[in-house]
Amino acid sequence: MFGFGLLTGLIVLPLVGAAFILCLRGDDEATKNNARWAALLATLVTFALALWAWRLFDPASAAFQLVEEKRWAGSGLVYKLGIDGISMPFVVLTAFLMPFCILASWESITTRVKEYMIAFLVLETLMIGVFCALDLVLFYLFFEGGLIPMFLIIGVWGGKRRVYASFKFFLYTLVGSLLMLLAIMAMYGAAGTTDITVLLKTAFPSSMQKWLWLAFFASFAVKMPMWPVHTWLPDAHVEAPTAGSVILAGILLKMGGYGFIRFSLPMFPEASQYFAPLVYTLSIIAIVYTSLVALVQEDMKKLIAYSSVAHMGFVTMGLFAMNQQGVQGAVFQMVSHGLVSGALFLCVGVVYDRIHTREIDAYGGLVKNMPLYAVALMVFTMANAGLPGTSGFVGEFLTLIGAFSANSWVGFFATTGVILSAAYALYLYRRIIFGVFDKPALAGIADLSAREIALLAPLLALTIYYGVHPQPILDACAASVAGLIRDYDAALAAVKVAAAAAH
Amino acid sequence: MYSFIVFLPLIGFLVAGLLGRRIGDRPSEAVTTGLLFVSAILSWIAFVQVGFGQTPVNTPVLGTWMNSGALRVEWALRIDTLTVVMLVVVTTVSSLVHLYSIGYMAEDPHRPRFFAYLSLFTFAMLMLVTADNLVQMFFGWEGVGLASYLLIGFWYEKPSANAAAIKAFVVNRVGDFGFALGIFLVFFLTGSVALDTIFAAAPGLAGKTIHLFGVDWDAMTITCLLLFMGAMGKSAQFLLHTWLPDAMEGPTPVSALIHAATMVTAGVFMVARLSPLFEQAPAALSVVTIFGATTAFFAATVGLVQNDIKRVIAYSTCSQLGYMFVAMGVGGYSLGIFHLFTHAFFKALLFLGAGSVIHAMHHEQDMRKMGGLHKHIPATFWLMTAGTFALTGLPLTSGFFSKDAIIEAAFVSQRPGALYAFFMVAIAAGLTSFYSWRLVFMTFFGPERWAAEDAHGHDAHAGDASGHDDHALEPHESPAVMLVPLYVLAAGALFAGLVFRNAFIGDGAEAFWKKALFQRADNHLLHDMHNVPEFIAHLATWMMLAGFAAAAWFYIFSPLTPRRLAERNPQLYQFLLNKWYFDELYDLIFVRPAFWLGRLFWKGGDGRVIDGIGPDGIAARVIETAGRAAKLQTGYLYHYAFAMLMGVAAMMTWYLLGGVR
Repeated sequence: MFGFGLLTGLIVLPLVGAAFILCLRGDDEATKNNARWAALLATLVTFALALWAWRLFDPASAAFQLVEEKRWAGSGLVYKLGIDGISMPFVVLTAFLMPFCILASWESITTRVKEYMIAFLVLETLMIGVFCALDLVLFYLFFEGGLIPMFLIIGVWGGKRRVYASFKFFLYTLVGSLLMLLAIMAMYGAAGTTDITVLLKTAFPSSMQKWLWLAFFASFAVKMPMWPVHTWLPDAHVEAPTAGSVILAGILLKMGGYGFIRFSLPMFPEASQYFAPLVYTLSIIAIVYTSLVALVQEDMKKLIAYSSVAHMGFVTMGLFAMNQQGVQGAVFQMVSHGLVSGALFLCVGVVYDRIHTREIDAYGGLVKNMPLYAVALMVFTMANAGLPGTSGFVGEFLTLIGAFSANSWVGFFATTGVILSAAYALYLYRRIIFGVFDKPALAGIADLSAREIALLAPLLALTIYYGVHPQPILDACAASVAGLIRDYDAALAAVKVAAAAAH
Repeated sequence: MYSFIVFLPLIGFLVAGLLGRRIGDRPSEAVTTGLLFVSAILSWIAFVQVGFGQTPVNTPVLGTWMNSGALRVEWALRIDTLTVVMLVVVTTVSSLVHLYSIGYMAEDPHRPRFFAYLSLFTFAMLMLVTADNLVQMFFGWEGVGLASYLLIGFWYEKPSANAAAIKAFVVNRVGDFGFALGIFLVFFLTGSVALDTIFAAAPGLAGKTIHLFGVDWDAMTITCLLLFMGAMGKSAQFLLHTWLPDAMEGPTPVSALIHAATMVTAGVFMVARLSPLFEQAPAALSVVTIFGATTAFFAATVGLVQNDIKRVIAYSTCSQLGYMFVAMGVGGYSLGIFHLFTHAFFKALLFLGAGSVIHAMHHEQDMRKMGGLHKHIPATFWLMTAGTFALTGLPLTSGFFSKDAIIEAAFVSQRPGALYAFFMVAIAAGLTSFYSWRLVFMTFFGPERWAAEDAHGHDAHAGDASGHDDHALEPHESPAVMLVPLYVLAAGALFAGLVFRNAFIGDGAEAFWKKALFQRADNHLLHDMHNVPEFIAHLATWMMLAGFAAAAWFYIFSPLTPRRLAERNPQLYQFLLNKWYFDELYDLIFVRPAFWLGRLFWKGGDGRVIDGIGPDGIAARVIETAGRAAKLQTGYLYHYAFAMLMGVAAMMTWYLLGGVR
C-alpha cells in the first residue's frame, strides 16, 4: 500500500488501534470494554502479521530482508526498515507478548482505560520500530520514544511510589541516551550517512571507536540493565502495573542487548574487544551480586526484577564472548527471558489482584487452594532457575559454554549463578506456595480463572516447547550471527595486519 | 521398544498429573503402575537381548535438541549393556515401589500427585541412563533432581520437609556446577558433547596440559575432576552428602526408589559411562578412590548412633555408594556397577521394609520407641533380615559377591590411595554389619518399648495417621500389596549375586559388557583379583561376624553397654550423633554469609552507594542548587538593578576587549 511494506504494517497497525480508541467518546463501562476489545484486536492482528513476516523470512540468509526505504524530501532523514535473523525473534516476541498485556490488564485497570490502552499500543509501535529500524536516527527516535509511554504507564497507573520510580527510570535512561545521541551525530559526521546497512560496513578509526563504544554502552547498559546502573529496574517493576512489568522485562530490557548486537559489536569491533573484559566483569558481578540480593528480597516483584538483572548478565557475557554459542545463546536467553519473566510477573499479578500485596510473607500454603496456580508457577520458577527441559536452560547453557570457551574464569564465576538461581527461586516458591495454609487474609482465595489460564497456558507451553526444541529461534538467528562473527573476526584480523605492517 | 521403556512413565506422569483429579485416585495409581510394569518387562527383555544376546549396540535418534555452530545436541537413546543394566534396575525398583505405594499411601489425600511425581522421576532417570551425550545426561540429571525435590517436599505443610527439599536441590546444584563446567571443558577440548566423539578423542588428550583458571592442568584430570564433582553431589559423597539424610523427610517409598536404589547411584553410573575419560586420568581416579573410601567410612560411623530407622539406612546408602566409588576409582567399573545392581535390591528392600515397620508403628520412626516387633509383624521381620543378610554380606547372598569383590579390588589395586581405601572399606564392612544388626535388634527384639508409649505421643504426619485410630496401639502387618514387592526384592537381594555374578564380574564379563565399560590396556585389576591372598578374601566375612557379634552383645545381651559407652565418650558420641557437625559448619560458612552478603549488597551496595551517589544524589544536588538559586531572589528592586548593571558592565567589557583586539 502506497509503496509501504509489511514492516510498516506492523508499525502502523497498533497506531490504527490507538486512533480508533482515541475516537471513542464517553467514559462508561461499555466504552471501556470497547477500548479493551479494540486494543486486543489490534494486538492480535499485529501478532498475526508478525507471524506472516516470520513465514516470509528466509533464515538461511544473513542479509536484511523485507527492506523498505522512503526519503523525507530533501531533509536527509531516511525512513528505512528491514529485519535480519537477530531482529526477527524480537519482533515476533513483541507482537506475541502484547495481547497478553492487554488481557492481563482486562480487570485490574479500571481508571483511564482508554488512555492506558493507547499508551500500550503506541508503545508497541515504538518497540517494533526499534527492532525494524535500519536508519540510526529512526532507531534513536523509536528507542527514546519508547520511554514516554512507559514513563506514563508507571507514573499514572503505578503503585504508591510511582512518581519516584518513573522519574528514576526516566533519568537513568535519558542520561544514557543523550550520550548515544552525541555518538550518533559523530558517526554521521564521520560516515556521512545514518543508514545502518552502510554504517555496518564502515570502519571507524580505532581511537574514535572507543569513544563511540562508550557512548553507546552508556545507553545500552542502562537499558539492559547492567550492574551498577540497574537500580532503576527493581523500583520501576515494583511500581509498574502488571502488564507494564511484563513489557518492561519482556521487551524493553532486550533493547539494550539488541543494541549491543546491532551496533556495538559489528560497528566497533576493536573497541568491543578492548572493552570485553569490562563487560565480563560487570556481567559476573551482575550474576553473583544480584542473585544474592534476590535471595533476601521481601517483595515478589523485586525478587523477580533482581533475578532479571542476573539473567541479563548471562546475555551480556554471551554477547561479548563473540562466538556462535555465546551470541546465539544470548539471543535465545533474551527471548526465553521475555517469556519466562513475563509469565512470572503475570503470576505475581494473579495473586496481587486477589490480595493486593506483594509481600512474600503475606502468602503461604497457596497450593492448597490454588493447585493450578502452583503448577504454573512451578514451571516458570524452574525455568527461571534454568532447569533443563525449560527454555531457561538453553540460553543459560549456550551463553555459559560460549563464555567458557572465551575465558574460563568468566565461565567459572558465571556458572555459580546456577547454584544461586536455584536458591532464590526455590526459596521464593516455598514461601508462597508451600507451608501451612492458615493466613486469614488468604482464606477463600480462588484458583486461576479461565482468563488467567488462557494467559498462562500459552506461555507455559512455549517455555517447555522451546526447552526441548529451541531450534526455531536458534535457526532464525544462526546465519545472521555467523555473519556477524565472521565480519567481526575479519575486522580484527585486518587491524592486526595493519598493525604488523606499521611496524 | 526402547522408546516405549523410556516414554511410558512420561505418559503415566502426564495422565496422573494432568487428569489425576478428574479421573480419581485409583485410576491414576492403576495407570502409572501398569505402565511402569510394562516398561519393566520390556527392560528385562532388552536386558536379555543386549546383555546375553547378540543385539548390536544401537542409538536411535529421536530428534534435535539444539544446534549452535559446532555444538550439536541430539535427543537419542544409547542402548548398550550398561544402559540395559540401569534400565532393569530403575524400572524394576520403580514398578515395585509404585505397587507398594498403593498400600503405603492409601490414606494420603494427594495420591495422583504422588504417583505422577514417581513416574516423572522414573522418566527423568531413564533419560539419564540412556543419554548419548553429556547434555542429555544433564537433562536427566537435573530432571531427577526436580522429581526428588518435589517428592522430598511432598508433605508440603511440614517446614522440615520443605527445607530438606530445597537443601537437596541446592546441594545438588553445587555438584552440577562442577558437572556443567566439565561439560564446557569437554566441549572446549573436543568440540563435541556426543559420547562417541569424546571417547574417541580422549586417548589423544591424555597427558595434554591446559591453562585453565590461571593454572596449568593435565587436561583429562581436570575434566574428570569437574565431572566427578557432579557425581559427588548426586551420589551424596563426602562434603556434598548433607542433603541425603535430610531427604528422608519424604515418604518412605520415595526414599527407597530415589534415595537408595536409583537416583543416588547416578553418579556411579556417570563415572562408569565416562570410563573412557576417567581411564585417561589416573590422578582423578585416585581422587575418586579417596572420596569414595572416606564416604564409606564416614557414613558408617555416623550410622552407628542414629536412632531414626530411616536415617540409619540413609547413612548406610551413603556408605555403600562410597564402596561403589572405590570400585570405580581403582578401575573396577564392572564391580561398581555390580554392587549398584545388587545394592538396588537389598537397599530398596530395607527401605520398604522400614516403611512397613513405620506403617505398622503408625508413623513412628524412632527405633528407641520400637522393640520386640518380630512377633507382631513376622513377615516384615524376615524380609528385613534377608535385606540385612545381603547388606552385611552373608555368604552366597548378593552383597557377599559384590561388596567383598570391592574390598579385594581395593587391596590388589596399585593406584595411589587404594591402600587407604582398602582399610577404610574393610573397617566400614564391620561397621556396616554392626549398625545393620543394631537396627534389626532394636526394632524387632528386646522389650516392647512402644507398649508404654501413649498412642498419640508419636509425631504423626499431617493428617496422615488419623485413619489408624481405631486400632491404636497394636502393630499390624502390612497388606499384601505392600508385602509382594518386598518378596520380589528379597528374592533379588538373596539370589541376584548368585545368578548374575558370572556375567557381571566373572568369566562371562567380557561377553556381557561388550565394550560398554572401557579399561585401558594397563588396567589388570580384574586379572589381579584372582591372586588375592586367602585372608583378604575372608576378611569381609570376619568383619561381618565381628559386627554381628558386637551388635548382639550391645543390644540383646547387655543392653546397658551402649549407654555407658556413650556416657564415657560424650564428645565422640555427640560428634557422631551430630554427623560430624557438617550441617552446622555449612550453615556457618555458606548459608549465613550468602544471606548476609545479599542484605549487604541490597541495602548497602544498591541502596546507599549506587542510589546514594547516582539518582538520589543527583536529585538532592539539583534540589540544593535550586534552593541556592532561589535565595538570590530577594525581592528587593535595587538588588536586581545592581545585578543587571553588573551584567551590562561585564558584557560591555567583553565586547570592548574583543574589539580592541
